[in-house]
Amino acid sequence: MAVEEARGAGVGAAPRLSVGERALFAAAFVLPPRWTPRRVKTDRRYRTIDRYRFVCAFLFLPLAVYAVFVVSPFVQAFSYSLTDWTGYSADFTFVGLDNYARLADDSDFWASLGNSLTLLVLAPVATLGLGLFLAFMLKAGGRKRRNQAVSGVRGARFYTVLYFFPQVISVAIIGVVWAAVYDPITGPLNGLLEAVGLDGLTQLWLADRSLALWSVLFVLCWSFVGFYVVLFSAAMGAIPGDIYEAALLDGAGRATTFFRVTLPLIRDTVHTGWIYMGIQALDAFAIVHIMTINQGGPGNATLVTPVYLYKKAFDSGQAGYATAIGVVLLLVTMVFAAIMTLLSRRERIEY
Amino acid sequence: MGTTDVNRRELIKRATALGLVATPAMAALTSCATGGGGDNEKVAGGEKTADNPLGVNKDAPLDVVIFNGGYGDQYARDAHEIYEAAYGQVKHEKTQKIRTLLQPRIIKGDPPDVINNSGAEQMDIASLIEEGQVEPLDALLDAPTLDDPDKKVRDVLVPGTITKGQFGGEEMYQFNYSFTVYGTWYSASALERLEVEYPRTWDEMLAVCAKAKRQGIAGWTYAGKHPYYFSFTMYPFIAKIGGADVLRDIDNLEPGAWKHDAVRAAFEAYHELYAKGYVLEGTPGIDHIQSQTQWTKGNALFLPNGSWVENEAKSTTPKDFRMTVAPPTGLDSSDAMPFETVWAEASEPFMVPSQARNVAGGLEWLRIMLGKESTSNFTRLVSALTCVKGAAEGLELQSGLSSASAVLAAAGENVVTPRIHDWYLGLHKDKVGGAIAAMMSGDITPDEAVTRCQRYADEVAKDDSIRKYERS
Repeated sequence: MAVEEARGAGVGAAPRLSVGERALFAAAFVLPPRWTPRRVKTDRRYRTIDRYRFVCAFLFLPLAVYAVFVVSPFVQAFSYSLTDWTGYSADFTFVGLDNYARLADDSDFWASLGNSLTLLVLAPVATLGLGLFLAFMLKAGGRKRRNQAVSGVRGARFYTVLYFFPQVISVAIIGVVWAAVYDPITGPLNGLLEAVGLDGLTQLWLADRSLALWSVLFVLCWSFVGFYVVLFSAAMGAIPGDIYEAALLDGAGRATTFFRVTLPLIRDTVHTGWIYMGIQALDAFAIVHIMTINQGGPGNATLVTPVYLYKKAFDSGQAGYATAIGVVLLLVTMVFAAIMTLLSRRERIEY
Repeated sequence: MGTTDVNRRELIKRATALGLVATPAMAALTSCATGGGGDNEKVAGGEKTADNPLGVNKDAPLDVVIFNGGYGDQYARDAHEIYEAAYGQVKHEKTQKIRTLLQPRIIKGDPPDVINNSGAEQMDIASLIEEGQVEPLDALLDAPTLDDPDKKVRDVLVPGTITKGQFGGEEMYQFNYSFTVYGTWYSASALERLEVEYPRTWDEMLAVCAKAKRQGIAGWTYAGKHPYYFSFTMYPFIAKIGGADVLRDIDNLEPGAWKHDAVRAAFEAYHELYAKGYVLEGTPGIDHIQSQTQWTKGNALFLPNGSWVENEAKSTTPKDFRMTVAPPTGLDSSDAMPFETVWAEASEPFMVPSQARNVAGGLEWLRIMLGKESTSNFTRLVSALTCVKGAAEGLELQSGLSSASAVLAAAGENVVTPRIHDWYLGLHKDKVGGAIAAMMSGDITPDEAVTRCQRYADEVAKDDSIRKYERS
C-alpha cells in the first residue's frame, strides 16, 4: 500500500513492478536500510518510501495514543447508544435505533437542546465581543505616547492579569460563588441593588424562569472572557506597529482602525476562539449542574443537554439512552465546527 | 507557496487517512468499558453455630465502603471492632463519591461486601437489583438478633423498614438503617414568643402566619433550589385530607391519581401561603442550607424538612431554639386521617452486592449494626433514630430528635410511606418538585400544577424504559 501511495505522490513514470517486486517494496517499508534488498534500494521510488517511513515512525505513537484514548471511546459510545445498557452491569441487549427514536419524542431532550443551542449562539457572541473590546482597549485604547503609533490604557498589564483571574479558578468554585452571588436573600447582587436604592430591580435571578438562562450565560461569559482578552491581546501584539501608523496617517479613528485593521488581521484567532467558546457553551455542564434550581430548572429553563445526559445516565440508570444523547451532542458539535470552518474559508492575510 | 508546503500538507492528509484506516481496528477495543469480570472467587463459608448463625468464615476479610456524609463514618468503625473480635479483618473505606468509586468495581465483578449506598452519588438501587447485583437480605432477617437469640431480626425492625427495602417482590434488597421523621419543623421558643400553639388545621395555620407577618416574620421558607423538600409535608398532607389510598394511587401511577380532590385541596392550601405573602421573600432561589439558616435566624416560622436537619443546622441554631417537629398541619375537621399522621421511613441505605467475596460477612456486619450497642452508639454519635424498635429508649436525645421520637410514637399506625421518590426519582424530584416550585413562586395556579403533575405521571406510566412498581 505504501508503494501505491509512493507512486501516487508523483515520482514519475517508473517501470511497472511485478508482484514479487511489490512485496519487496512493501517489506522495505519496515526493514532497516542495511537489510533492504539492492533491487529496492537503487530504485528511485525508495526515496519516497524512506521519507514516509520516517514520518510514520514519528506519528505511530501519537496516533496510537489518539486511537486508543480518543477514537475508540467515540466508536464505543456509538455502539453503546444502540443498547439498553443500564450502566450497572456488563450485560445489555442490542436495541437498534430505539434510543434515537425515543429521543425524537422526548420533550425534555428538545428543551435541553434548545437551551444548549441558545448558549451556542449567544455565549461566543457576547464573550468574544467583550474579549475583543477589552483586548483592543488594552492594546490601542490609551492616549497617544511618544514614538508609538498606538498604546494601551494605563495599567493595561494589571487589567490583563485581573481579567485572567476567573480562568485560574476551578469551575466548581465559580458555580458555588455565583450561586451565592445570585442568592435572593443574602446574595450581594440583590444587596447591591438595595444599597443604591434600586429595590424595585431586585430579582429571584436563578429562580426566575425568564432570567435563569441569562444568569447562566452571564457566568459563562464572565468565566471565559479573561482567556480571550489574553488570547486576543497576544494576537494584536503580533500586528506590526507600522500598519497602525499608516492607518493613522490616513486619518483613521479608533473604530475604523479596529474594524478595518485590527479585526481583519486577527481573524484567524477570533475564528479559533469562536469554535472553542462554542464548544464550551455546548458543555456548560458544571455551572448549570452546580448553580441552578433543581439542576436545570426552574422547569426546564436552564436544562442543557450535558446535564440532561448526566441525569439520564446516573439518576435514571439509562446509560444506553444517555450515550445516544451524547452521540447527538457530538454530531451537533461537529456540525458547528464544520459550519465555522466553511464560513472562514478565505484568503489568509500575511504580515 | 513553496514545494515544502505542498509536501507537508500532503503528508498530513496521508496521516489522517492512515488514522481513518486504523479506526475500524479500534472496534476490537470496543468491549473495554464493560469487559472483564467473573474472576472473583467467593470465600468458603464457615460453620453455622448459635454465635455465628450466618456461617461467616472466621478468617475471611471483610470489605466495607461507607458514605462519608452527614453521619460520618465513626459509627461504622465502632461496628468493625465488634466484627473483628469474632471474625476477620475489616477493610474500611469512606468516600463521598460512592458511584465513582463503586460503579466500575461492580461492573468488573469485584464489589466490596457492604456498601452504604448514599449521598448525591447514590447508585440507582432499582437498576442494580434488576441487573442481579444485589443480594437479598432474607437470611439476615431470619437470623436471631445479637442481643436476644429468641428474637429474629425481622421482628425488631420498625414497621415499614422491610417494605422500604423491597422493590416489587418479596425479597428485601436494601437495608435502611437510620429512621427519618419528616414534617413541619419549628422553634418552640419562636411560637411561644408569638403566643401561639402549633396549628392543627389550615385556618389556624393561616392565622399563625398572619400574626407572624404583622411582626415582620415570614410564615414559611423552604429549600427553593431543591423543591422536592416540599413533598416532606405535602405528601402526608394529601394523605391526611384524602386518606392513604390517594398516595398509593399516586405511587402506582394510576390514571387520574393526581386529579383527586385531596391533591387539589392540598395544593390550594399551600398556594394560599404564597398568595397571602406568608412565604419568606426570595425563598424560591435559596438552597436547603440557606433556608435552614433563615429559619434558625428566626426569619421564618416553619420549614418542611426531615430529622437530619437538627444535625445539619447545628452550627447556626441558637441555644434556646428548642427545635421541634410536628406532623403537617391538617386541612379541617373533615380530614380522612388524624392530625398525628406523619411521613416517616427508614433511610440511609446499605446493600450487600451479590458478587461480593464475603456475602455472609456482609450480612453479619449488618446484624452487628442492628445490635443494641451499635444502635445506641449511632444515635449518640449522629443524633438520628435507627430502624430498630425502641432502640432510642432511655437515651438522652436532643430537642429535635426527642420530638421526632414523640411524633412517631403518637402517630402509631398512622405512618404513611410514599414510594414515588424511590421508584420514580426523576418524576418526584424534577417533575413534581418543579411543578410545586412553579406554583409556590406564583408562576402557575394550583389547577395548572395538578394538571402538570398528572401529565408527568402519565408520561412515566407510558414510558417502557422505566421499570414499574406497585404496592397495595
